[in-house]
Amino acid sequence: MFGNLDFDVIRRALPYLFFEGMTFTLTLTGLAALGGLVFGTALALMRLSGFKILGRIAGVYVDFMRSLPLVLVIFWFYFLVPYIGQWVTGASRPISVGAFASSLITFIMFEAAYFSEIMRAGIQSISRGQPAAASALGLTYGQTMRYVVLPQAFRNMLPVLITQTIVLFQDTSLVYVLSITDFLGAASKVAQRDGRLVEMYLFAAVVYFTISCIASYAVRRLQARIAIVR
Amino acid sequence: MNYNWNWGIFFQPNPMGTGTYLDMLLSGLVLTLKTAALAWVIALITGSLVGVMRTLPSKGANWFGFAYVEFFRNMPLLVQLFLWYFVLPELLPKGAGTWLKQLPNAPFWTAAIGVGFFMSARVAVQLQAGIGSLPRGQKMAATALGLTTAQGYRYVLLPMAFRIILPPLTSEFLNTIKNTAVAITIGLLELTGQARSMQEFSFQVFEAFTAATILYLLVNAVVVTAMRFLERWVAIPGYITGK
Repeated sequence: MFGNLDFDVIRRALPYLFFEGMTFTLTLTGLAALGGLVFGTALALMRLSGFKILGRIAGVYVDFMRSLPLVLVIFWFYFLVPYIGQWVTGASRPISVGAFASSLITFIMFEAAYFSEIMRAGIQSISRGQPAAASALGLTYGQTMRYVVLPQAFRNMLPVLITQTIVLFQDTSLVYVLSITDFLGAASKVAQRDGRLVEMYLFAAVVYFTISCIASYAVRRLQARIAIVR
Repeated sequence: MNYNWNWGIFFQPNPMGTGTYLDMLLSGLVLTLKTAALAWVIALITGSLVGVMRTLPSKGANWFGFAYVEFFRNMPLLVQLFLWYFVLPELLPKGAGTWLKQLPNAPFWTAAIGVGFFMSARVAVQLQAGIGSLPRGQKMAATALGLTTAQGYRYVLLPMAFRIILPPLTSEFLNTIKNTAVAITIGLLELTGQARSMQEFSFQVFEAFTAATILYLLVNAVVVTAMRFLERWVAIPGYITGK
């Protein structure tokens, strides 16, 4: 069954797979998680702000993003971002943005919808007395959020946020549809060049599996620790 | 924006000779729904079995359920589809592998099976949580009445658990529909795939993707509405959602 497999092809491709592919995947995951968290928190604050219009806008955005397949959103932004760039900079032609910038914008915009739901739940888990006490102390809305509500919400939701980041890490493999060299893209390019699909895809599966497993184990540990602190 | 809008493109014949561009998108929608339906059947059946296993007193069953869920949750769906589509036929005995490769509609079956098993791990987790949320007394009462374990699950635990997890199951079903779009990578011409090929043939990028977006939103709205009715219909009297 594994008789005529050539695992040496993996060893030879290792530098390319990790220095090119995995670096892209991890950078994209990290920056998209950070951007998604910031934008998502802003969306959550909009929904909970009490201003009807702001809340409605954020709600429509979140529902809209969550009803579309990520692949379709990737295509949307890939074609749309050059036009938006043209509109913003006032250039005469659609500007070309690199593959990395395009996919980073896509994932920030897409993941923000999911992060915002997590942060909304986190903010709602803070008892009413806390913002009340903060405003009794004379803190402004911004200060209340910055020093009282958000740090606790973020802390309570940390396991869920990391779990969502693991999902994001796996989802970045979908930039494959734009022929970008992320980890899976690199594996697939080597696979097609050397005609070694079985070895390369099995190896990619093992790597994704190992990283996600370690990360979700860490989340379980973290959850247990947070549970003790409370 | 110097983009040439042409909304009439939908009524122009497509280069495949299968009618208009609109027909092309609609055939993609039908394929999306078919793939999602088959995947959902697979996900519900295997997911329920695994979910039940994780709640059984047997250590072996528990461990199997845990390993199953971890296996399917810790790999990207795209990688899983590649494993089913490119790797599995090579690892099987020669005859079986060749038969698999020559299967007509291979992308369809691969997508349904791949998405189905991917989602089954999520269904299992939901069902496990649903069974876990029932008071311990229900299982004990079933045993006290002389029901076997199987009967206890069939008549007491599962009818309750499935109703409790209906809302999360709705979103898992919506995820199943959305996830079929990943099968564009193995050549399945579902809705996103058809929108993409319409863009390649006609260069009307934004019209094609707008139409696909609207169709996905419509499907979402229909599923959500239908599930609200189902939820009200099967609601358990005495619970917050019940009558």
